[in-house]
Parts: sequence; structure tokens; C-alpha cells
Amino acid sequence: MSSNLDALYRRVIMDHYKKPRNRGILEDGSHTINMNNPTCGDRIQLTFKVEDGVVEDCRFEGEGCSISMSSASMMTQAIKGKKVEEALQMSKIFSDMMQGKEIDENIDLGDIEALHGVSKFPARIKCATLAWKAMEKGLNEGEKQ
Amino acid sequence: MNIQDIRRQFPILDQVVNDNPLVYLDSSATSQKPIQVIETVNNYYREYNSNVHRGVHTLGTKATDAYEGAREKVRKFINAKSTQEVIFTRGTTTSLNTVAHSYATANLKQGDEIVITYMEHHSNIIPWQQAAKRTGAQLKYIPLQEDGTLSLDDVRSTITPNTKIVSVTQVSNVLGTINPIKEIAKIAHENGAVMVVDGAQSAPHMKIDVQDLDCDFLAFSGHKMCGPTGIGVLYGKKDLLENMEPVEFGGEMIDFVHLYESTWKELPWKFEGGTPIIAGAIGLGAAIDFLNEVGLDNILEHEHKLTAYALDKLSSVEGISIYGPHDPAKRGGLVTFNLADVHPHDVATVLDAEGIAVRAGHHCAQPLMKWLKQSATARASFYLYNTEEDIDKLFEGLVKTKEYFSDVF
Repeated sequence: MSSNLDALYRRVIMDHYKKPRNRGILEDGSHTINMNNPTCGDRIQLTFKVEDGVVEDCRFEGEGCSISMSSASMMTQAIKGKKVEEALQMSKIFSDMMQGKEIDENIDLGDIEALHGVSKFPARIKCATLAWKAMEKGLNEGEKQ
Repeated sequence: MNIQDIRRQFPILDQVVNDNPLVYLDSSATSQKPIQVIETVNNYYREYNSNVHRGVHTLGTKATDAYEGAREKVRKFINAKSTQEVIFTRGTTTSLNTVAHSYATANLKQGDEIVITYMEHHSNIIPWQQAAKRTGAQLKYIPLQEDGTLSLDDVRSTITPNTKIVSVTQVSNVLGTINPIKEIAKIAHENGAVMVVDGAQSAPHMKIDVQDLDCDFLAFSGHKMCGPTGIGVLYGKKDLLENMEPVEFGGEMIDFVHLYESTWKELPWKFEGGTPIIAGAIGLGAAIDFLNEVGLDNILEHEHKLTAYALDKLSSVEGISIYGPHDPAKRGGLVTFNLADVHPHDVATVLDAEGIAVRAGHHCAQPLMKWLKQSATARASFYLYNTEEDIDKLFEGLVKTKEYFSDVF
């Protein structure tokens, strides 16, 4: 198999796919957002608990491919405990990464770095960004409330 | 039918994708184009590009003759009685929407019914949902059998004297099921309904005789049958079309234009507002010539053999689920499947790395996906240029996919 594929399906991605973190629904969440990818049928539901401008908790539920589900798992892990503006900033960084832009190497991306290889597969970028777009929308709408 | 000779006529097939020879298994989405079609379209633009049905100059006459000549080729291809019954459209979607807008809006009222099936493509669902909303008619679905076929008993019990329109696909783009259109049309007519046929997946692969089927409307696309994108056909029985209002108004389709009202040209031009899809229609004519030369019976037989081979070969892949009828004789040339524990997008990505093009997703058939209890599936579809070797490569690709994903876990 090609090395490109290995760059796409990194072990850490498969780990998140097989053992998703923060999967489920927050019963006491402050808001919920649903999003789907109409071209392929992937869908995601996010529930957040935001208190005093901090994402105290976040869960995801949904169905989709290894890339979309592992990205969702990593996203929830990354934003938990972060301020809303920090979470939105991470989403911006993730979007830059998907577009193949240079990322400041001082930023600690944690597991998310593993999704870097997706940028080489244009047809799969939308899989990786679904959860992040949902998070952005959810937090932005939450702020308005 | 010599497949290698046929393959040589499709320049696109001779290429390397991701370091492997291309294996194109996505013809249900769009077919590849033979050199004859590419050259015909090219030649039109190089030598006689002109608008049709207007002006007296030589190129205009040549373009008009070629455009109307293509209509006659389509007429023969589906055995319509007259070219007045052959309308050029943008594709199957536009053809079905034309019937739903023009015929359905004028003929449906509260209490009437539109009957479709669970295996329809979105383009044969949504136009009817919208027509039902506009008119107050009810949309009803014929259920599917366990193996993804229709039973005529279910057809009989769903269609009632209140049914005004029955619209069914001839071949399912997901299950491959070939539906008994002639029998369904008979039941529709006994109840006073018109029969609409979605021929997007049948016209490229099998002989269609609209008089024998006795369907009232037939919709199909050029790009799935070796023709260019952006051209399609709506066939309709003349007496129905004559009583229908155009959907698009403007140039080309008018007889007289007065300040506050206008009259329409005769059939088929009253449905072809604006400059028509001239190059597309001429290209479709060339595609029909090509298909006739190979012979639709030969194409169908070839695809039946490939499908039988694929069903047999692929069913030995560990963890595979194959959807649709098991009997290859009841299927069109496609196989829809899922691999246990591997999402179809991941299957398609790994296959693509091997140069194999398949489709993954909901195939524009979300209600059917729900019936299958799947959010998405993978589909390999075949056409006259595919070989058993292509299917062997697919088989090997799927075995590799299984191995690859069990390795990384």
C-alpha cells in the first residue's frame, strides 16, 4: 500500500475511530448542534456545556467514515476545558492545516496533528472538517444566546 | 463483441492513476466517452457551430440538420412514433421535473395520488414531493421485497383509482434491480394513471421500446450512455405533451409574441425554450450510433456476464454484504456492497490508491439507504468497456482493504 495511504490512516486516527473519546450526548448540555455532509451521508451531533465562557464538556454522536469520526473524537478532546475563543482559534488552525498551510510549530496540536495527511486527499477534507464546522457553528450560535 | 477493440475507442481508459492502470467502475455515475463522440462534438465546434432554427445561412442549416438528425436517432433508439415526442433536456432530472411541473400541476388535485417506490433516485422523489405539496395530492411508496425487488401484488395494492401518476425507475442505481415496467404500466393504466419511467440506468444498457412498454413518459440522460454531459431526453406520448404547458418560456419555443400574450410552437419545440443544447444533442446522436453499432443486446449480455462474475467473485471477500437481487438475470450491471468494519469512504479511498474508481456514499437515494439500514454504501458499476480482469482487480483491492484496515487497528 502506498505511503500516502499510511499518511492518511495514521495509527492514532484509527485508535480514535475504534475507541472514540467523548462519544454520547450530554444530558445537561447548554446547547446542541446537528450537522451533516449531504454529499456523503455523514452526520454528527454535538452537545456542549459552556459555563463562564469555558467549554466544560463536549460529546459527539454520529455516523461516518474513519476520518470524520476520528476527527470528531479528537476535536472534543482538544476543546474540553478551553475557552470558547481558544476553541474557535483551534478550528481556524485546523482549517489552515486542511488547506495545507504552514502551521506555527510552537502550537501544540496533540493528536490532531495526525490528521495532517488528509490535506493530500482533497476528496476527504470535508470528512475531517465536519466536526469542526459543527463546533464552530455551535459555539458561535451559543454566544449569541 | 471484442472488448479490447471497444476499449481502444475510449482514450481515457488508457491511463495510470496513482501508479496503477485505471480501473473505471463508476459508469452508473457517468460513462466514459468513445472517440467518435468526442470527435463529433469537436467537429461541430470546429466546422459548423451555429444557432439552429433561425437564419438562412449555410452553417445554420447544417447545425439544424444535425440537431434534428440527432432527434430522429433518439426516436429510433426508443421506438417512439414521432420526433414530436422527443424533447431534448438537460438530463433525467430536468425531464422528470418537466413532467412534475407541467403535467402534475395541471392534472392533480386534493385526494389524488402519486405512486413511486422506495428504490427511487432523489430526482424521481423530490419533484413528486413538491408536486404533491403544490396540488394537495398524496405521495405513496410501493414497498420493496426482502431482495430489493418489487412484487406485482404490492404494485396492485398501492395503485388505486385515485392514483394519477406512477413513476418508477427501470433499473435501480443502487440495487441494480430491473423492474417490470410493462406490467406496472398496465396496472397504472387500468387505474387511469399515467406511467412515468426513469430510464437513467436502463437506456444506456438495454433496448427500450416505449410503444411496447406502453409508458407515457420516459426520462434519460446522455452522459450515462457514452454521450456528453448536459443533454438528456424526455419522451412523452404526443396527446399528453400537446395538452401540457411549457415550463420554460423565451426564445425558440414561441409561435407569435404579442404584448400581453403569446402562442407556442408545435411539438417538440414548445418545450425547448432558449438556444438548445446543440453540441450535446449532436454528441448524443453519435453515442447512439456507437451503441447501435456494438448492439444493445450484446452490451446487456456482456454486463449480465460481468455481474454474475462479480457477484460470485466478490461474495468470497470476507465480511462483505452485497445488496439487491441475487439472481444476475434480474440485475443491471452494478454491485453495491459494504465491507464489515470499514466505512465505504475508506474503501473507496484505498481502492483509489490502487487506481480503482468506485462510488461511495448514499447514491442520491437516502430513503433506500434507510431501508437498507445503511448510512452509505460502496458501488462498482460496469459498462461495455469493463472486463473480468477489472473485477479481479476490484476483488484484490477489497482483500487489500480488509488487510490494510485490520493491520492498522
